[in-house]
Amino acid sequence: MGNSKNLKEKSIETFFSSVSIITLLVMIGIFVFLFITGIKAFSEVTFGDFFLKNIWNPNSYGKPQWGILSFFVGTLFVVIGSMAIAIPLGLASAIYISEIATPKAREIIKPVIEMIAAIPSVVLGLIGLLFLSPLIAKIFGLSSGLNALTASIIVGIMALPTIISICEDVITSLPKDFREASLALGATKWQTIRMTLMPAAMSGIMAAIMLGIGRAVGETMAVLMVAGNSIAMPHSFFDPVRPMTANIAIEIKEVVKGSTHYNSLFAIGLVLFIITFLVNLISDIIIENHTRKYRW
Amino acid sequence: MKNQLFMTMVLFAIVVAGCSNNTNSNNQVQPVSNKIELAGSDTMSQMVSNIAEAYSKIDPNTKISVTGTGSGAGIASLINGEIDIADASRTIKDKEMEQAKKNGITPTEFIIARDTLAVIVNKDNPLSKISIKQLSKIYQGNTSSWKSINGNEQQITLYGRQTTSGTYVYFQEEVVKGDYSPKMRNMEGNQAIIDAVRQDKSGIGYASAGYIVGENGKLLDGIKIVSIAKDEKSEYISPLDVSKRASYPLSRVLVQYFAKTPVKGTPIYNFLLFELSSEAQDIIKKSGYISIYPEDKAKNDITLSGLG
Repeated sequence: MGNSKNLKEKSIETFFSSVSIITLLVMIGIFVFLFITGIKAFSEVTFGDFFLKNIWNPNSYGKPQWGILSFFVGTLFVVIGSMAIAIPLGLASAIYISEIATPKAREIIKPVIEMIAAIPSVVLGLIGLLFLSPLIAKIFGLSSGLNALTASIIVGIMALPTIISICEDVITSLPKDFREASLALGATKWQTIRMTLMPAAMSGIMAAIMLGIGRAVGETMAVLMVAGNSIAMPHSFFDPVRPMTANIAIEIKEVVKGSTHYNSLFAIGLVLFIITFLVNLISDIIIENHTRKYRW
Repeated sequence: MKNQLFMTMVLFAIVVAGCSNNTNSNNQVQPVSNKIELAGSDTMSQMVSNIAEAYSKIDPNTKISVTGTGSGAGIASLINGEIDIADASRTIKDKEMEQAKKNGITPTEFIIARDTLAVIVNKDNPLSKISIKQLSKIYQGNTSSWKSINGNEQQITLYGRQTTSGTYVYFQEEVVKGDYSPKMRNMEGNQAIIDAVRQDKSGIGYASAGYIVGENGKLLDGIKIVSIAKDEKSEYISPLDVSKRASYPLSRVLVQYFAKTPVKGTPIYNFLLFELSSEAQDIIKKSGYISIYPEDKAKNDITLSGLG
């Protein structure tokens, strides 16, 4: 009897450890593949041309050009724009849900917000293409609404659930003593939120923002549909942009395996991977510090 | 949390087991059916789907899948050995032919239909005719305002296709004759360009005539087709003018590249013959395209007789 129980325990343990090892191997495999393919591009394209030139034109009439700077700036535009929308809205909603809303309102609002995460990005892209972009063109008197602003709004909406749910978790998990002590000192609710809870939750909020940024950097489909995708360097939010993800998605279909174009697209993928990896790493470190600080 | 993870694992295991069971039983019951995979030109995808649908009535055992990924994408898939037939609204480039041969594939070309490329502007744009030279300047970004073209004080917004598109390459070679302006907005398909120009009073774009004429033969709302001349001295011709079709400057062939030479008696050979038949050519006309010219047919016949 005891033996079979032991055996069961053992097999479950082995199952879980092997699954996690497989996950790890897959992760390492992806990185190695990305690295080996991407690095090949630099045998034909110099680092300087790749990172510092702003014209990308593999099918050029003259010499092919491989500069990703304007794509990088495009990604930056979408990240900054989407965060300018998602951070204030996300933080405000998180404060409302965790501190102000009645338990009943919370029960309704939380799942609804989490449902945004379940909307496929192509659907949001479609809404952006057919509804939002004509609206943006009308409001700002532009000829076309396919630009960085429209892309930022769509990506901002997509990053909202991540930011809201993490911020809300962080604020809710703050010790009750904080609120009680603050209120006992005569602070109002708003003063408590602003001067006690926000500073205490700041590292968690930063982590949420970092994850939101990671989402914005990696988003492809919706951006591809509404960003306009011009290869020119953007100068304002009303210019069309082609973020790095969109360029990969557009061009990977036409490349022949092993060509310079193919390797260069993987090199862009490698750059993206490193960016999101760093962003996630920073948020991990912040969260780790946060939990260490408030472990009671 | 641990519980949740465990449940997810269990669910996953069930799903995986379910999938593998299904495929097994399917294989046992049904004989392996013939499959033909086509990919490529977005311009051709609707037309070829219509032909494939008609063919499946004759030969229900052959499953044909058609996807519109762009001509360049289709040819790349053909070179990579992923599909049987590539639809293309441009002919294969020398570089692509070399790459194909390196991979052990010798693409065989057949002309399936003809198409005209239309240049479109918003319905409120007074422009009615334009020369190739003017178009080239506009698309290279040298002419950036409508002022010199139609008198309006307005910036031009350029709409074009993605680099994966055969229409992109065809328009570049026949009209732009240089690099496209980097400010051009790159759209996913013909329809996306039409929708954009419909909303944009300053926009100009190009699309296959097959997409511009609706099912009832009427021109779509909100856009205007511009007549085109080779140079200022030539006649300006509309792509809708059937009588002058032969001299319209942007008339092109729609072709298919076969990865393997089609062998007599195989489903893929029968499908090819069907595409060239008068029945399929009628479908092509109904889909808004032009059936092949006698010289195209002669070319196809030579290729066919060479197959043995």
